[in-house]
Amino acid sequence: MISIILLSGFGIISLFVGFLKSKRILLPLSLLFLAIVFGINLLDWNDTQSYFENMITIDNFAVAFTGIMVLSTLLILPFTQHYVTRNDENIGELYALILFSLVGAIMMVSYNNMLMLFIGIEILSIAMYVLAGSDKGSLRSAEAALKYFLMGSFFTGILLFGIVMIYGATGTFNIAEIAGSAEALGNGGVNNVMFLLGVLMIIIGISFKVSAAPFHFWTPDVYEGTPTVWTAYMSTVVKTAGVAAFYKLMDAAFAASYGSWMPTLVAIIVLTLLIGNVGAVVQQSMKRMLAYSSISHAGYLLMTLLAFNNLSTSAILFYSFAYSTASIAAFGVLQLVSRQRQNENYEAFNGLGKTNPLLAFSVAVSMLSLAGIPLTAGFFGKFFVFSALIENPDMMWLIVVAVILAAVGVYYYFRVIIAMYLHPVNEEHAPIRSTSFMNVMLIIITVLTILLGIAPALLSDVL
Amino acid sequence: MITALLLFWPALAALLVLLIKGEGAKKVAFIATLVEFAIALFAIVNFVPDATTQFALNMPWVERAGIGFSIGMDGISLLMVLLTTFLVPLIVLSSFKHDYKNPHVFYALVLFMQTGLIGVFVAMDAFLFYFFWEVALIPIYFIAAIWGGARRIPVTFKFFIYTIFGSLFMLAAFVYLYFQTAGTELAAHSSNVNAFYQLTLDSATQSWIFWFLFLAFAIKMPVFPFHTWQPDTYTESPTQATMLLAGIMLKMGIYGVLRWLLPVVPMGVSQWADTVLVLSIIGIIYGSIIAIRQSDVKRLIAYSSIAHVGLIAAGIFTLNEQGLQGGVIQMLSHGINVVGLFFIIDIIFRRTNTREISSLGGITQTTPALSIMFLILLMGSVALPLTNGFIGEFLLLSGVFQYNHYFGAVAGLTIILGAVYMLRMFQGVMFGTKSESTEGFADLTFHEKAVLIPLVIMVFWIGLFPNTFLSISEPAVGQLLSIINR
Repeated sequence: MISIILLSGFGIISLFVGFLKSKRILLPLSLLFLAIVFGINLLDWNDTQSYFENMITIDNFAVAFTGIMVLSTLLILPFTQHYVTRNDENIGELYALILFSLVGAIMMVSYNNMLMLFIGIEILSIAMYVLAGSDKGSLRSAEAALKYFLMGSFFTGILLFGIVMIYGATGTFNIAEIAGSAEALGNGGVNNVMFLLGVLMIIIGISFKVSAAPFHFWTPDVYEGTPTVWTAYMSTVVKTAGVAAFYKLMDAAFAASYGSWMPTLVAIIVLTLLIGNVGAVVQQSMKRMLAYSSISHAGYLLMTLLAFNNLSTSAILFYSFAYSTASIAAFGVLQLVSRQRQNENYEAFNGLGKTNPLLAFSVAVSMLSLAGIPLTAGFFGKFFVFSALIENPDMMWLIVVAVILAAVGVYYYFRVIIAMYLHPVNEEHAPIRSTSFMNVMLIIITVLTILLGIAPALLSDVL
Repeated sequence: MITALLLFWPALAALLVLLIKGEGAKKVAFIATLVEFAIALFAIVNFVPDATTQFALNMPWVERAGIGFSIGMDGISLLMVLLTTFLVPLIVLSSFKHDYKNPHVFYALVLFMQTGLIGVFVAMDAFLFYFFWEVALIPIYFIAAIWGGARRIPVTFKFFIYTIFGSLFMLAAFVYLYFQTAGTELAAHSSNVNAFYQLTLDSATQSWIFWFLFLAFAIKMPVFPFHTWQPDTYTESPTQATMLLAGIMLKMGIYGVLRWLLPVVPMGVSQWADTVLVLSIIGIIYGSIIAIRQSDVKRLIAYSSIAHVGLIAAGIFTLNEQGLQGGVIQMLSHGINVVGLFFIIDIIFRRTNTREISSLGGITQTTPALSIMFLILLMGSVALPLTNGFIGEFLLLSGVFQYNHYFGAVAGLTIILGAVYMLRMFQGVMFGTKSESTEGFADLTFHEKAVLIPLVIMVFWIGLFPNTFLSISEPAVGQLLSIINR
């Protein structure tokens, strides 16, 4: 709870620091804030407390997810260094927005009441709409912001409508009480049309937020137009919060009516995996490929919602963190490459293994991790997700589908590795410049990815 | 402890080699692989020839899930480890006259690959096995894709996707099997090999598990019709990668069948044994016939490898002792012969810049040493008595014959067809008149002899005293059979 209050306060401080003449201090200051929040958050471990008439519960689930989201943000922020060094106008806002959006994300993993869920999603989303359009000179950025905002508001409306329907059917916003009232409706609420419609609308609303198909259509365009650092944030922290919130809701409130919404969710997962993986294959732009890959990873993450066992939460936690570290490295390097070579396609990476061995190696490790190859965290991510699901024998076929599509994934991730190591470097291309700070961050991310690939128990046994 | 040393020493050495820029890298790599071989010899001296898993080390890995870091060696593993540690120094030595770019990366990858290979052969936990299975793939992919021939990028890419596709099915099967196991008080399930052996699944389940696992192993071996990646990859890879692929990596697939397929789903195996035998025998005939038609010697050996592996696969799926023992001994023989043959082709290629049979010829006139070594390895490959190939193929064929007389008769063609394509190659390359490219062909250098002489010694050792090796694997094979026939 202190972490939410602290973060809000720190966000306001960042706004005021933005008025100072030298903006260099913003980045180290934000990193310091995040480090403090990360530490404070851990104090709540094994100390479950409810606040505000049971609106928010800080339990181990919340602490663990808050931890990995704050850590991911910590790893992303160094890649904003160019904002600070160029001394752009009004960058205080950007750091404030990131801190505020993190408040929303934390609420999404600690809510106990659907109103808090809604407020959390809104706090997170509104900050993201602004960040998507933060490159004010670029048309594509403006287009991304407008698209994201219009679509996002529309689906937020659907989500809210769903919440209201559930309220109408059960008379409560509290997720534990909803489960109780649904029991009273008979059959876990399966016979109540209003209840079912509410569940369906909530599923649609959150599916949009985690970019699950068929509500994914905004993802490639928005990801492409948004400045790359914020794309990294969007595809990692926002997705982690969305999936964790989704899982918590389905587990706590709607587990009894599993049979009625399971087919819808299975259809969403299969479509997501299919569109994400097949869509990524045909891309020429690395950034669009990563956008489609983020869709496909949403599919793998959502598979955990089909089995409520103690493995599922660990699986989400591990998978989201493995996916986040790998994506941050990929987007971070992509940002450097695309800005210095004015090109977001695979060719821009040609010969990177020769000119910048460190950048190339960290991208290679993150691609292997995203593809789920052993020795990287991504392998155990997939492994835990499949393990969580396999206790549900009806879902064997879904695992087979996911496995085949994971093999498709290897194809497009390896195109990046092939470009970096096997294609000759373009003569006109100078080596990519990166700061030593970013290099250190990339080394940390790479070490984390490999460490979790060798000793997964460090994170998987936490929950 | 010895097993852990065997496993991690090459990885440590790889990190060391990475730090050495320039030509020193190959010397350090060579010494490291010799040390590894010495450790393996130490293990074999201390090995008690019974059916137990020896030099075992069990440590928790993901403790809560019952996944252990369990390694150890029984007779079959030990022979595979011996093969690996024997061949890798020779493969490193064979590259001494090559000028690869970035030698430190090249040799580090070879050593990493060795860790992966040893890991596959000593893993006694399903997920550990899968882990090393993929760890072995990544270095070889880069070796082939960076230092390979002109078409290396698409060819190695196909190889990589193909094998990953197969192994993901293996992973799915392992995860399923894992959830059927009984656990201990610490964890609900266990992925230890013994927990897998104790499973009793109904025959329908065994049947699909069989195909999930078989697909992964069949692609790696490769068994017809999953072989399409193999000839191109062997041809386009640099010689050392081809040796690693054909000499050792192929054995991962066969070893996988022995350790993780036959004893785990015996009912599935007996249901589909006929199908596998038919596929393998098609592979024998198909590989041989295409080998006869090849004009590129490297491709010819690649196709002959499909034929030889087909016979090994057929032999072990007969599930009788001759077939299994023949399979184990033939894995050693094939590894030795094929590495020797690929090296000789590499020697010829580097001196003449061609691998076409038609533009070679007359080499014997100036090269007594090369001719003798080549002929011995070739005879080993066509299973002439007194050589290693004879022991393996004889046992395999007698196993197949016991299983089904007709299968045995057709599979026996491998010896005749093998003689046809091998002798045709030898005749075209070594005899006849000198061509433009073979003019002034020099005999073997010291380095080349140092690689070939150990291989030739092994050809005769296995051919004359097969019991040295058969007695190591015999108890383990016996135990395998008793688990299958339970």
